[in-house]
Amino acid sequence: MSTYDRSMALTGQPPAALTRNQKLATLIGLFGLAIILLAAFNVNFPNKALWLSISLASISAGTIWFAWDMYSKKEPGIKNDGVFFKSISSKGFWGWIAGIALTGFYIILYFYPEYLGLVAKGDNKGVIGLFDPLSRALSGNPASQWFVYGTLYTVAILAFGIKFLWKYRHNRYEKIRTMSVMFFQTAFAFIIPELMARLNGSSVLNGGSLPYYDLKNMWPLNYYNFEGYRIKAFLNSGDIGFGLLIFGIATVFIISPILTYKFGKRWYCSWVCGCGGLAETAGDSFRQLSDKTVKAWKIERWVVHSVVVFVTLMTTAVIYSYLGNDTSKYWLTKSTFLIGVATLLTTVFALVMIFKREQLQKDAKYGAVGYLVIILALIGMHIFSGEGNVFLFKSETLRKSYSFLIGSIFSGVIGTGFYPIFGNRVWCRFGCPMAAILGFQQRLFSKFRITTNGGQCISCGNCSTYCEMGIDVRAYAQKGENIVRSSCVGCGICSAVCPRGVLKLENGPLQGRIDSNQVLLGNDVDLMTLVNKK
Amino acid sequence: MENIVIIGNGIAGVSAARHIRKLSDKRIIIVSAETDYFFSRTALMYVYMGHMKFDHIQPYEDWFWEKNKIELVRAYVNKVDTANKQLLLDGSRALQYDKLIIATGSKPNKFGWPGQDFHGVQGLYSKQDLDLLEVNAPNKEVCKRAVIVGGGLIGIELAEMLRSREIPVTFLVRENSFWNGVLPEGESQLINEHIKEHNIDLRLSTNLKEIKADEHGRVKSIIIQETGEELSCDMVGLTAGVTPNIDFLKDSGIELGRGVKVNRHLETNIKDVYAIGDCAEQHEAIGNRRPIEAVWYTGRMMGETVAQTICGNKLEYKPGHWFNSAKFLDVEYQTYGWVFGARGRQDYEEQFHWRHTSEKICVTVSFHKESKKFLGINTFGIRMRHEIFDKWLNEERSIDYVIEHLKDANFDPEFYRQYEQEVVSKYNSDYDKSIKSKKKNLKRIFNLTN
Repeated sequence: MSTYDRSMALTGQPPAALTRNQKLATLIGLFGLAIILLAAFNVNFPNKALWLSISLASISAGTIWFAWDMYSKKEPGIKNDGVFFKSISSKGFWGWIAGIALTGFYIILYFYPEYLGLVAKGDNKGVIGLFDPLSRALSGNPASQWFVYGTLYTVAILAFGIKFLWKYRHNRYEKIRTMSVMFFQTAFAFIIPELMARLNGSSVLNGGSLPYYDLKNMWPLNYYNFEGYRIKAFLNSGDIGFGLLIFGIATVFIISPILTYKFGKRWYCSWVCGCGGLAETAGDSFRQLSDKTVKAWKIERWVVHSVVVFVTLMTTAVIYSYLGNDTSKYWLTKSTFLIGVATLLTTVFALVMIFKREQLQKDAKYGAVGYLVIILALIGMHIFSGEGNVFLFKSETLRKSYSFLIGSIFSGVIGTGFYPIFGNRVWCRFGCPMAAILGFQQRLFSKFRITTNGGQCISCGNCSTYCEMGIDVRAYAQKGENIVRSSCVGCGICSAVCPRGVLKLENGPLQGRIDSNQVLLGNDVDLMTLVNKK
Repeated sequence: MENIVIIGNGIAGVSAARHIRKLSDKRIIIVSAETDYFFSRTALMYVYMGHMKFDHIQPYEDWFWEKNKIELVRAYVNKVDTANKQLLLDGSRALQYDKLIIATGSKPNKFGWPGQDFHGVQGLYSKQDLDLLEVNAPNKEVCKRAVIVGGGLIGIELAEMLRSREIPVTFLVRENSFWNGVLPEGESQLINEHIKEHNIDLRLSTNLKEIKADEHGRVKSIIIQETGEELSCDMVGLTAGVTPNIDFLKDSGIELGRGVKVNRHLETNIKDVYAIGDCAEQHEAIGNRRPIEAVWYTGRMMGETVAQTICGNKLEYKPGHWFNSAKFLDVEYQTYGWVFGARGRQDYEEQFHWRHTSEKICVTVSFHKESKKFLGINTFGIRMRHEIFDKWLNEERSIDYVIEHLKDANFDPEFYRQYEQEVVSKYNSDYDKSIKSKKKNLKRIFNLTN
């Protein structure tokens, strides 16, 4: 191919070049980060509250000023000029640097919090010490590495959320959706849990203490929600604690299926979820890097569904491990629980196979059969396994490996650290069991679809390129086929970047939701009837 | 096994190949001099603007062709020898065919302007044109000003492309308003304003007199016919329309007009030779269509049709209701049915026009003066549902019905502001009616019976 190769000499030219204001804004943002970095090297700031405020304010101001300079002077509309010329957004030098820095940050955060200044007994030092004043103001407790992370995470979603709002200021769907993720992150993930911690020990909770609980974070994304210590804490915290436990179960089995049926999984993945929130705001510059090949899609289906199996087994094992055998003490015993799980899985499986058989692709069927057999077999094995052992392993081993492999490495280090390399939804696409379960519902039991507008597609590829989930949207649009894919998070960008108004996210009747046409609307009516008859 | 050779790997040729493959196991060979693989021509602009890489505008992964047994040959066809049923490739090789489909598309018009072949003067149609543009206008240092000649869709796209690199652009348009040969006055005016908002130096009623070059034969300026003004520039884009790319067929015996002459079955005067897409010219125009339709969609439809004929189900090219779309900088345009600009307007056609007071949004609906039958709609800044308008045109609905049910046709993303109420009240006051806008109805939209 003789595609003209852009030489290095061309960097520094619009649209890749930064303006003077953008350079200054970058400097201000980096100054804020530098304060945190200095704290990491144990520079002891005299007035921590002040320096933390300066740091967070600089980061936000830098990001917002940058965005303002970038978008405010242009007409409202699609702002993708130069995306593939900028090294940060096209896997160039700065993309790799950012990827390595983020990955490093996550490794330290998950595995070496002491380098951030975490002190188990006594006052925190370093970065975590810097965040102490804010933590005390909110919950009354000193900060932890998770508080530092949560704060930076929220600042990122808010600052880059404002950037996104300017970038898409012509698009109300994008604006409202972004305000929604900004709200849910700030209120539900950041402030409410900290305030809830203030209730601990009070009479409202009968003197109990609630576990840290981000209410919008459901199982299995929140894979630890039903672990023994949390159940105990919920049950010891009066009506509120009990209510929260019921809410936790209801979100998985009642609330989310209903909302997903009505609106598709987007109600969660791109409107509420924190992982989605970061991906849509701070990660927006990397959405075009997701792999669109059929091969990547195959890998995605196997990996993400394996995670679902893993998390189901792990959770079952964990709950099983703390339940008793004596029905007189508590109605839910080890065996009733396992029978319950097996019944639920079999029911879901049977319903799908009876009613939705024809909608499943071949390998999905094989996968489903295989997985069901594995789960049932493992449960069966329990009956023959001894005390302390569930399935083949100790439940604690399963839990630890899940937490390490999926909870830390996959969702954090790879999921976010690799934004600039694999795109902003690596975790959501390949790893998130929540997304897989919601996706399964979206594919088979939902009114949501992306409608293709008759024959208007020109196969330009903007939709596929900017799909963060790696869906080859164009492959459907150019066939006049609606897009009904389990992985679609409903971010709406394909519809936004389409130059011909071909795509619309909508909730409609189930009848005719998936329709494929060989000959598209606009051609001879007789030919269309001839070729498209099923 | 029958040997089908297709010249041209654009949307028309590739659609034909795909559909022949669906219907048969004939041998299919696509010959192209332009690129190895099919790409979306309409998306070339996004590669220059950095929205996508060239790979992204190729709709199929590379394995697709082998898997579907579609052979790709990268070669230039010098000659078609219809007597011996063979092509001469690259001046040497011969390629036999049993059936030949010509789908060679277009090339940019050049109207004999003095200096039109200097370095730095180019059209924008092919992949090679895109590569050339990276040489002629890589950035605003090398290209301090560009002049675009010809106010059509490619012209405004080229202007948008160059502006993305902040290259100053002067846009010469022969007409007194942008693309008003096609667009009604109000819409054309809206786009004039939008072009200026993007800091493009739009010169209406302005023609190119000549292009001047420096001592190396590189363009250095142009002269404007009307004023004699000399504008210095480093690049000139010639975008005054396209013409069928058929020079290689001159002595082939295939009947040529401006394009390759075809009948309604897309057959040429020579047996087993067909022509589709931009390069095909109907003996007589179909309905209100032009004899040569250089549009993505018609190329695709001709490909779908000719595949049937070649596979034994002889079929006329009988396109349905006209539709098209485009994007002018930030403003999307869609059209369904027929809405004519002042020049082409029919005697019986009347137009209702609504424009938003501040935004770049407008709607024009055309209808029959006497019968009040709905004829077509243009929308700017509002997306419309193709199925609905196709249905209304089939059902020969009245303008009143269309205005009343306009909400059903809206295809804008969720939560967008809707303007049907304002459209309806303007219509009511223009025609002294009292129509009430009907609520959006999913059953009507999705054609549900129960």
